[in-house]
Amino acid sequence: MIRIPIERYQLENGMDVVLSREDAAPVVAVNLWYGVGSRNERLGRTGFAHLFEHMMFQGSKHVPEMGHFSLIEKAGGSLNGSTWLDRTNYYETLPSNYLELGLWLESDRLGWLLPAMTQEKLDNQRDVVKNERRWRVDNQPYGDWDERIQMLMYPPDHPYHHSVIGSMEDLDAASLEDVEQFFRTYYAPNNAVLTLCGDFEPAHARELIAKYFGGLPRGPDIPPIPGRTELEPTLGGEVRELVHQDVSLPRVYATYRIPPFGTEDYYTALVTSYILGYGKAALLYRTLVREQQVAQDIVTYAFPIVVGASMLVIWATARPGRTAQQVEQALTEQVAQLRDADDADVQRAVNLLATERLNELQRVDERADQLSMYTQLFDEPERINTEVDRIRAVTPERVRAFAARYLGTDNRAVLTYVPTEVGA
Amino acid sequence: MTPVDRSTPPLAGPPPRVTLPHIERRTLSNGLPLLVVEKRELPVVDVALVMRSGARADLPPVAGRAHLAADLLDEGTATRSALQIAEQADLLGASLHSRASWDETEVGLHVLSPRLAPSIELLLDVALQPAFADAEVERKRKERLAAIVQEQDEPRVVAANAFMRAVYGDAHPFGAPIGGTSASVSVLDRSVLAEFHAARQRPGNAYLVVVGDVDADALAASLEPLLGAWAAAATPADAVPAHDPPAGTTIHVVDRPGAPQSELRIGHPGPARGSIDYFPLMVLNTIFGGAFTSRLNTRLREEKGFTYGAGSAFAFRRDGGPFIASSAVFTGASAEAVGIVLDEMHRIRTEPVSEDELARARSYLALGLPRRLETTADILRIVSEQELHDLGDRYYDDYVERVRAVSAADVLRAAEQHLDPAHATVVVAGDHAAIAPALEALGVGPVMRVTPPGGTELNRTGS
Repeated sequence: MIRIPIERYQLENGMDVVLSREDAAPVVAVNLWYGVGSRNERLGRTGFAHLFEHMMFQGSKHVPEMGHFSLIEKAGGSLNGSTWLDRTNYYETLPSNYLELGLWLESDRLGWLLPAMTQEKLDNQRDVVKNERRWRVDNQPYGDWDERIQMLMYPPDHPYHHSVIGSMEDLDAASLEDVEQFFRTYYAPNNAVLTLCGDFEPAHARELIAKYFGGLPRGPDIPPIPGRTELEPTLGGEVRELVHQDVSLPRVYATYRIPPFGTEDYYTALVTSYILGYGKAALLYRTLVREQQVAQDIVTYAFPIVVGASMLVIWATARPGRTAQQVEQALTEQVAQLRDADDADVQRAVNLLATERLNELQRVDERADQLSMYTQLFDEPERINTEVDRIRAVTPERVRAFAARYLGTDNRAVLTYVPTEVGA
Repeated sequence: MTPVDRSTPPLAGPPPRVTLPHIERRTLSNGLPLLVVEKRELPVVDVALVMRSGARADLPPVAGRAHLAADLLDEGTATRSALQIAEQADLLGASLHSRASWDETEVGLHVLSPRLAPSIELLLDVALQPAFADAEVERKRKERLAAIVQEQDEPRVVAANAFMRAVYGDAHPFGAPIGGTSASVSVLDRSVLAEFHAARQRPGNAYLVVVGDVDADALAASLEPLLGAWAAAATPADAVPAHDPPAGTTIHVVDRPGAPQSELRIGHPGPARGSIDYFPLMVLNTIFGGAFTSRLNTRLREEKGFTYGAGSAFAFRRDGGPFIASSAVFTGASAEAVGIVLDEMHRIRTEPVSEDELARARSYLALGLPRRLETTADILRIVSEQELHDLGDRYYDDYVERVRAVSAADVLRAAEQHLDPAHATVVVAGDHAAIAPALEALGVGPVMRVTPPGGTELNRTGS
């Protein structure tokens, strides 16, 4: 149905390059994935990978402070970066005649970040990130759910035990020395994928990439992910946490351990999450929201993460007058109905996933990001074209077997928020 | 290899050719305008049937009417139950949505082109034959009431709602949230919703936009048999009442005891989408708060570290809408941040912007146009906006030139006319006890404490 062209090669310094030319619009996406995320952080430095990401926008030897943003805005481009459990990405989408600008900017911060680092910049971005934490987590209803879920689902020595945003204490402890050490350890061509997607001449792009990235030295080997990275396939019991918070409605997060992203049964989990929670005909929406009116909303989500095990989270907010127990009971009962999942259920989910996928791949920035992802995580950019086959290969039998193995109460964490009692 | 000169940014190559969407316009036999953009690289299509009526017609007693009516369109028609609609859409892989904004009500979908015909049939059924069955109305009404309860926990929503109420008051549609209040939603019933929709969903008050892998003539022909008895008729004019601008600057504190951050909303009524100052205002806003390197974000984030981000926007509704500067700052910085926003509003209307800022903002807008035209959904948005606001099919032909023509003097004049820090409404959703003294000390205006959600003034702590 859609075949995204892929040219892949490696620079001598170990940097992976993926080129995907598609000239429908005169824009080009430049996307880099570094194989470092919160999973690589050491004890006492949670949140550091993300704080470091902020420092990458503070200028480098040849790029002044704010230069990264102002040069790209002046070119009519957009840019950002993000940090997650397994990776950190940086990207810009530019009018195609500004490709060289993007490569110059990205190579300068990979090659010459440290000469531009100052304590003042670090202190400023530390404040910004602490405000990001307040905004996303501390001043949001249920805002700490993912932090709590990660602690419940992964043992303390597993790299997913702590959140990407990290703790205020650890952010306070971060020093310029940490920035330097982290940079020297993880920000090397041999830990990076560079993807270009959109309107460019491949031969010209290869020249420019050689010019700007070819001379950067290979870094030392990347240290292994710290802590325990192997996990039992299932939790072997139910873990529970009850949180009293200043919220109006109770909410239940039921989270199941599932196989990591990329495995066959991850795709079963993905399809199952759509059967359960995506759209108004989905099992949990139909029953909990529409029929029983016990829940106000349903969200289901399979985490695309790769170390040891992933998670399928289902959350439901109680309707006014309904309790968390009622929501949880209804949710548990309906998840058990997956034992009857049939062809129509699977077909519905697969169609939705296929349409959604094609829709998101219309954007060059999304295509570039996925190409970097499949290269960084699986060393296989071609998966961008075959992923839909993995989704289509899911059968009702597989969904039923998956549900029986992974979606029982003995393989989940239940995190429940209830309103703080007033006047107690 | 010769050493690379990294000392200056590389120069750009010759600019690429930007192809603007070409609109094929047809008029169907009942008078409905059909706008088609053929874009055939991928087998996908985006469709929207847009009714030119939205929440702007919802006076406060019926606040939330357009929103709830839109929410009910796909909850049952004369021939399909709510569940049948959802199941059919999913099986077609068609992401069907219905939603109301202030100026419009849209039923839309995105689908693979081989399944376009049955998807459009479904979309038209939903848009034209909604049942508004009592049971579904009751169910969705309760859901909305619960959502209003949920929204009261969201600092961003609390601040935004308090701001709009403070600016537009209790007699103007914009003073209430688009989804209504618990009082208004409680009295919305089947007859109110059905009447709203039936009186306005008419071919002369609507248009259909289709973008993607489709042939305009074949599509127009295939639509005729689906129009049925849908015929032109007069529709209500829905005038939005005038309102008095505030007499001065007032600070409203929505008390959230113990909040680690304050949500700030600062602004006043602003111009309509049709304003002749649209282009100077776009450049002005880009410099003021519309981009990462804008003055607000630079000062509040990159210089002060008060926030994760700060920005501003003109709502540009059909009848005018708010200008709002917003940020979430840590509690201890609340008053200083408010002062900075007001200072910047003052500065941009008294001093010309620098050539560098002007050049960056113009390029950001002009060169960014191709990024806004990438997908079928992107193009649909632009075409629909053009049609809704009667901008003309060739509006974007000289968009780049019009952006480039904006001068520093134009920006200054637009700022003088459209920004007014002396009559700004300031809303701070945060810890009143912690922030009120410093807000008082700013001396920009009285500080009121308001309680969420209704916004009743409890006491006046200011001068």
